Amino acid sequence: MSSSRGLNLTLKIWRQPGPNARGEFRTYEMKNISPDMSFLEMLDVLNEQLIQTSEEPVAFDHDCREGICGMCSLMINGQAHGPDRATTTCQLHMRRFSDGDTIVIEPWRANAFPVIRDLATDRAAFDRIITAGGYVSVNTGNAQDANCLPVGRDRQEKSMAAAACIGCGACVAACKNASAMLFVSAKVSQLALLPQGEPERARRVTRMVAQMDKEGFGGCTNTYECEAACPAEVSVSNIARLNREYLRAVVVSEEGV
Amino acid sequence: MSSATAINSGSSRLQSNAPTGDITTRWDRHKFDLKLVNPANKRKFNIIVVGTGLAGASAAASLAELGYNVKAFCFQDSPRRAHSIAAQGGINAAKNYCNDGDSVWRLFYDTVKGGDFRARESNVYRLASVSTNIIDQCVAQGVPFQRDYGGLLANRSFGGAQVSRTFYARGQTGQQLLLGAYSALMRQVDLGKVKLFARREMLDLIKVDDVARGIVVRNLVTGEFESHTGDAVLLATGGYGNVFYLSTNAKGCNVTASWRCHKRGAFFANPCFTQIHPTCIPVSGDHQSKLTLMSESLRNDGRVWVPKNPNDSRSANEIPDDDRDYFLERRYAAFGNLVPRDVASRAAKKACDEGFGVGETKLAVYLDFRDTIKRDGAAVVKGKYGNLFQMYAKITGEDPYSTPMRIYPAVHYTMGGLWVDYNLQTTIPGLYCLGEANFSDHGANRLGASALMQGLADGYFVIPYTIGHHLATSKLPKISDDHPDVRGAVEAAKARVTKLLGIQGSRSVESFHRALGKIMWEKCGMARNEAGLKYAEQEIAALRHEFWNNVRVMGTGEAFNQNLEHAGRVADFLEFGELLVHDALTREESCGGHFREEHQTEESEAKRNDADFCHAAAWEYTGGHDSFTGEKEQLHKEPLEFENVHLTTRSYRE
Repeated sequence: MSSSRGLNLTLKIWRQPGPNARGEFRTYEMKNISPDMSFLEMLDVLNEQLIQTSEEPVAFDHDCREGICGMCSLMINGQAHGPDRATTTCQLHMRRFSDGDTIVIEPWRANAFPVIRDLATDRAAFDRIITAGGYVSVNTGNAQDANCLPVGRDRQEKSMAAAACIGCGACVAACKNASAMLFVSAKVSQLALLPQGEPERARRVTRMVAQMDKEGFGGCTNTYECEAACPAEVSVSNIARLNREYLRAVVVSEEGV
Repeated sequence: MSSATAINSGSSRLQSNAPTGDITTRWDRHKFDLKLVNPANKRKFNIIVVGTGLAGASAAASLAELGYNVKAFCFQDSPRRAHSIAAQGGINAAKNYCNDGDSVWRLFYDTVKGGDFRARESNVYRLASVSTNIIDQCVAQGVPFQRDYGGLLANRSFGGAQVSRTFYARGQTGQQLLLGAYSALMRQVDLGKVKLFARREMLDLIKVDDVARGIVVRNLVTGEFESHTGDAVLLATGGYGNVFYLSTNAKGCNVTASWRCHKRGAFFANPCFTQIHPTCIPVSGDHQSKLTLMSESLRNDGRVWVPKNPNDSRSANEIPDDDRDYFLERRYAAFGNLVPRDVASRAAKKACDEGFGVGETKLAVYLDFRDTIKRDGAAVVKGKYGNLFQMYAKITGEDPYSTPMRIYPAVHYTMGGLWVDYNLQTTIPGLYCLGEANFSDHGANRLGASALMQGLADGYFVIPYTIGHHLATSKLPKISDDHPDVRGAVEAAKARVTKLLGIQGSRSVESFHRALGKIMWEKCGMARNEAGLKYAEQEIAALRHEFWNNVRVMGTGEAFNQNLEHAGRVADFLEFGELLVHDALTREESCGGHFREEHQTEESEAKRNDADFCHAAAWEYTGGHDSFTGEKEQLHKEPLEFENVHLTTRSYRE
């Protein structure tokens, strides 16, 4: 981490003072950035510099900085979470970039995720989709012994692979239609694969899809950008399952939906 | 603060309200003695829950299910982001599915002993006994725990235990449990029983007639101040590890809500009980903004070592076994690499202090999977730890399958917190504290996979019973928003923000936070001594005074302003940090995560002083704690009695 390895970079960052204000790109020169820094630590350094020159720091969402909370959310050179696969912005490190690079940093781009300020967006639409059925209706105290219902290991692992979704919204930001199908399919799949999800299976999928449409997310046209951008490696096969579940719900389900 | 001014629990201020008699029936008898609120009346009560991690989300959901009206608050953009989500390894439960001799009693015993005899026995027993219900509840919610081929739940062992009682979902157990609790919470939002307030930060507690009746929050998007009133307030706001600046906590984790309540009269207990986790990725440079933990489940298969020769310049793989010191296996024959966290962390520090550390900074030890990969194959190791290995590789740029990991301890969890009685009520009636934010169950050291257990126990299975008693037995007249106590709390919160913005100094909030963290880590970290702690008190006081004269907070209060949010949190850490140090100075013994160099055995192990310190130290705010002015907080002691697990010296050697 000697200074001789330090990177000199040009950042073009979207600055927007508020939800209704006009935004613009501003350019910042960064000197001698350690390749061992994370991308967000590089922005921390920028913000410290801005404070010294009395410019307001760049607002961006972040929290755990270990790739699991789903709060960080940057378009980096046009890619959601930047160039590395299966990696959130906070886990991206500067050794991925070269001396002299220009890096363009934008917020998630989707109508359903309005900008709050600079790089921070409002993703409450995702919470509203979960509210519309992304759960099992079981009150505390209702549960039977955990081993009463065996779940085959392959089924459990598929369910877990879908449940790994961190709710960051990269799938939406990466999609040319700003579709939330991967996000919705992850929760629908997790619960559809488990016996615990069975009683509300049809109602869940129809309500969640209805809420998704209401929030203004686009439709899926199978370009798979979502899967490529997903830091939790949620597979598009879940979207296929979502479609099956939806069809099953509206065509053959005995549940009143 | 001398012990002469201390008040024992004989004083009315620290009634634990823990039942006596047979420990196995205490919780049942207590539940029977608690007054109930009848089902039709529950909808008349409004409950405020601050924080939506495991404890907060599970409490909010469970209370709403009972029929109470709940308002849930979090500072993140969604309740699903709370830092419980980052817990990796697992959750303990005394199911004995492995038929290896586990029981509620053994989990209770392990937890009391692991906590180095500084927890309240009644609480720990209750925790162990509801642990089995938690697993049932989570499975019913659709939490995809790891299973065996027969379809039944899998378990693994974890540091500090000799049975396999840990349930897990890959290395993402916290995420899955939190998403389970979050889904239960969102279901209640769907049903209209919970109102959700995201991107709100609690800045003060509203007390009316000495009872907690509401909170003041700042809407972080618009900057507006809001008051919310109700019949009880629950804090589930997590730990204070970020007082050390570098920790495994999320960047937003803070002590503000707890500290504001402390200043309103809630006692703060055992702040010096902080846990340093042994398996974290070492610091790489001055830019470091946080530390990343890797689950201690890695210690099930990884072997910890340093070169026997401190000047060994060979790469790790070139050093033969004869030239390696597997120091945990050497020093702790019975537990080996699975000793509790505090013991493992101190052993690593000792190795580095003596010059045996590895890597560029010499502040790291190896965690080596060579032998396991040889025995089980890389595929098996990948199956168990794949995501952790990937994370390590991303952060360090090194491949842990071919090169041993380098690890070093980091601040991870805080056992101290607001003092609560057996009902989880603080010293302010109507104010409850759950999860990591309270002090009650882990004593001086928490065992692995027990944080998730405690957060969910408090939220799902304790508070739903205990809160009814307060609601059923208290007079709680409706409070209007223009009540003088409400207006007063709002004005105080506003004035503080205005003051922070008005200083317009020259030093950034970040630099104050880093400076505080450096003092805390160096003088009050893994090892502490009187001179260092006294020095730290002075330094923190000086830093705090500088902060209030020279901090530069950018922007305005009427907008989304992360710099202002950070400033408020650092201001509270600067007050709280001094209390933490003072508590460490006052506790003249070593126990669990609190290691005073003056108090150690000849073998460098912690030496407790049960004659003088077998108590919880609960601090009362009496106008400020300041080394400059000589102001001190008032110490109260809750004596701890060990009737079931007898006080012994903790040993993991044989």
